[in-house]
Amino acid sequence: MSHKRQKIALLGNPNSGKSSLFNQLTGLNQKIGNFPGVTVDKRSGHCALPDGTSAEVIDLPGIYSIYPRSLDEQIVAEVLLDHHSETTPDKIVVTADATNLKRGLLLLTQITDIGLPTILALNMMDLVAKAGINYDLKKLSQRLGVPVVPINARNGIGLDELKKVLSQPLSAPQKSVFNIWDDAKAPVKELREKTGVDNDYEAYQFLEQPKSLKFLSKEKQLVVDQIRSSYNFFPGKFQGAETIQRYSVIQDLLNEVILKTADHSWKNYSGKLDRIMTHKVWGYLIFFAILFLIFQAIFAWATVPMDFIDAQFANLSSYLSSILPDGPLTSLLSDGIVPGIGGILIFIPQIAILFAFISVLEESGYMARVVFLMDKIMRKFGLNGKSVVPLMSGVACAIPAIMATRTIDNWKERTITIFVTPLMSCSARLPVFTILIALIVPNQRALGFFNLQGLALMGLYLLGFVAAIGSAWVMKFLIRVKERSYLIMELPTYRVPKWSNVGYTIIEKTKAFVLEAGKVIMAISIVLWVLASYGPGDKLANARENVLNESQNLRLTEQGLEDRIAAYKLEHSYAGIIGKAIEPAIKPLGYDWKIGIALITSFAAREVFVGTMATIYSIGSVSDEDNATIKTRLKEEINPDTGGPRFTPAVGFSLLIFYTFAMQCMSTLAVVYRETKGWKWPALQLAYMTSLAYVCAFAVYQMLS
Amino acid sequence: MESLKNVAQMKPGDVGIITGFTDDHLAAKLMEMGCLPGVPVRFNFTAPLGDPVCISVSGYELSLRLEEAATISILN
Repeated sequence: MSHKRQKIALLGNPNSGKSSLFNQLTGLNQKIGNFPGVTVDKRSGHCALPDGTSAEVIDLPGIYSIYPRSLDEQIVAEVLLDHHSETTPDKIVVTADATNLKRGLLLLTQITDIGLPTILALNMMDLVAKAGINYDLKKLSQRLGVPVVPINARNGIGLDELKKVLSQPLSAPQKSVFNIWDDAKAPVKELREKTGVDNDYEAYQFLEQPKSLKFLSKEKQLVVDQIRSSYNFFPGKFQGAETIQRYSVIQDLLNEVILKTADHSWKNYSGKLDRIMTHKVWGYLIFFAILFLIFQAIFAWATVPMDFIDAQFANLSSYLSSILPDGPLTSLLSDGIVPGIGGILIFIPQIAILFAFISVLEESGYMARVVFLMDKIMRKFGLNGKSVVPLMSGVACAIPAIMATRTIDNWKERTITIFVTPLMSCSARLPVFTILIALIVPNQRALGFFNLQGLALMGLYLLGFVAAIGSAWVMKFLIRVKERSYLIMELPTYRVPKWSNVGYTIIEKTKAFVLEAGKVIMAISIVLWVLASYGPGDKLANARENVLNESQNLRLTEQGLEDRIAAYKLEHSYAGIIGKAIEPAIKPLGYDWKIGIALITSFAAREVFVGTMATIYSIGSVSDEDNATIKTRLKEEINPDTGGPRFTPAVGFSLLIFYTFAMQCMSTLAVVYRETKGWKWPALQLAYMTSLAYVCAFAVYQMLS
Repeated sequence: MESLKNVAQMKPGDVGIITGFTDDHLAAKLMEMGCLPGVPVRFNFTAPLGDPVCISVSGYELSLRLEEAATISILN
């Protein structure tokens, strides 16, 4: 018996335990893909069913109703409305919070009305029992026309029963809860005749949701548009009335199936905790303490594994070049590909730690309180309470941070958040900051316990944050749209995080980073290697002879000679030529052509700066390349114009400011392009950040020198 | 007790019954979240800066901005 692997979509309100159920069903067999044509992450996995088959389980973003409020939710609407595509699910499992079934049923009745085979998974049955509620599940199932399975997604109770139901054939529900209004009957009938839609409510949704019909052919979209205009049907016309009708049916139904109601009408909510968490003093103190902890973790705890990864890759690199025969392929492998992979993997500890924190904050319900606390402040700057999460994530990496803006439903606030997030100092700036600060800021204590270098680092982070907020404030006045901003958000009950969910989030986000950003960083490393290893003419081939000729009078050690050759090669490579070409432009900032090469190579990814500097100052040949060596070499570099050191405080600070503001990250541009669906915003962002960086670095250099 | 007009005018601990909405666009969203005419609503607390506010409705806690709360008419 051969059959297609069945597709099961998980659907449910936010906080209904959908993610827990997904993790329980699929375990580690998860992967992140894309829905065709759109950029929303599609989490899917495989689940073995009792009949021996395996089903594909797709986790859809949490929604309250089929009417979308944000980009995430629109994807769900599209998947549900498109009944004839690759992604159309065979069965839908709606997860609902059994302690508060009303809202869950609103969504469920919309799904059943649309004619998709559905199962209701009643979650949190343990809490139901505690609250003294008792459901007549048989009657509930009968009245809804769908199988009902009680589960507890946190500990897996009821999962076997759910899998059993999933392995059995399931037909589409026949009953319709919502009666389409008389006004809408004629257009619905015409639409069904002309487009072959097989269900009244689906046809009705076609009329209600013009934005969610991208899967239709141009001709069919035109037909739908014509019907809509000829009947004067404007989207959202009956949405409120439909909700009221559904809730009244649901209330009647609940009155019938709830055998014993809880005796208190207000849920015993976590009000005591909220009195502290959202207190005007304690609330902010706790929030900043948590932020401080996250910073500490990212910068202090992550260094040990990062140093380890760094050392391993350096070892691997020198090992490869020692055992493989000399040649361009070995060089590509040991100088291009291996350091490239190392440059990606080194960020894993920081990303994992950041997402561990974010995931715990979200799982516990605290994140919603952060949004609640910060909304009014953020709104003053043209942002939204929900912008706090992307801005915080931006400290680790702008790429996942920008992807996290999808929850912001207002276009203007979302665009501004995307635009300013890269100004937050990400972890890739850290190596650049570290080396430059070590070079120009004395390692001394001020006022007894403040380390000056630490203060400088904190100042740069603060500067990035101020730039982000300030730019947002300016953009608030520049972007003029009429779209209204709102914040209607559930404050979920506080819960102890489910640690396996935290673990899955870490794995998922880290994987996404390594694969997505990794591809770009990898490609750039190779391009860089080519640019730095090849040059026009035969200068590179004759490098050894030329260097020997030049330095005949110097008594160089073997090591010193190799260093000089490497530096000579770089100077005459394509990268060196480009560096010299841009020297006039960067001279006012205090940079020479060598720094110019580093600027260009780090254009794609700023962390490349340190590696390039290492190569340029011919440290590449030194096997134990620790910071002290790079630092000493940089300190010894002489500026031929002045005769003094090249890296004066003026140059150092100018570079620090430049790297604080400049875009210098190809992956971020790519992600902004994906998220804003065009080149307009990434182009503006690149232009804005580069000019800001240039102007500020110029000002700093001129002031200090 | 004096009749209040909307949720934004309530004080912490106040309870009222939703009677309707003054903004159609927001009404659809609010109703999906469980703010339905005839349903009791309790005002829990405000954020430290006075906005947004937290209410209990249909068995869970909802946060909304003052301007949104002002579109929910109530009776008490």
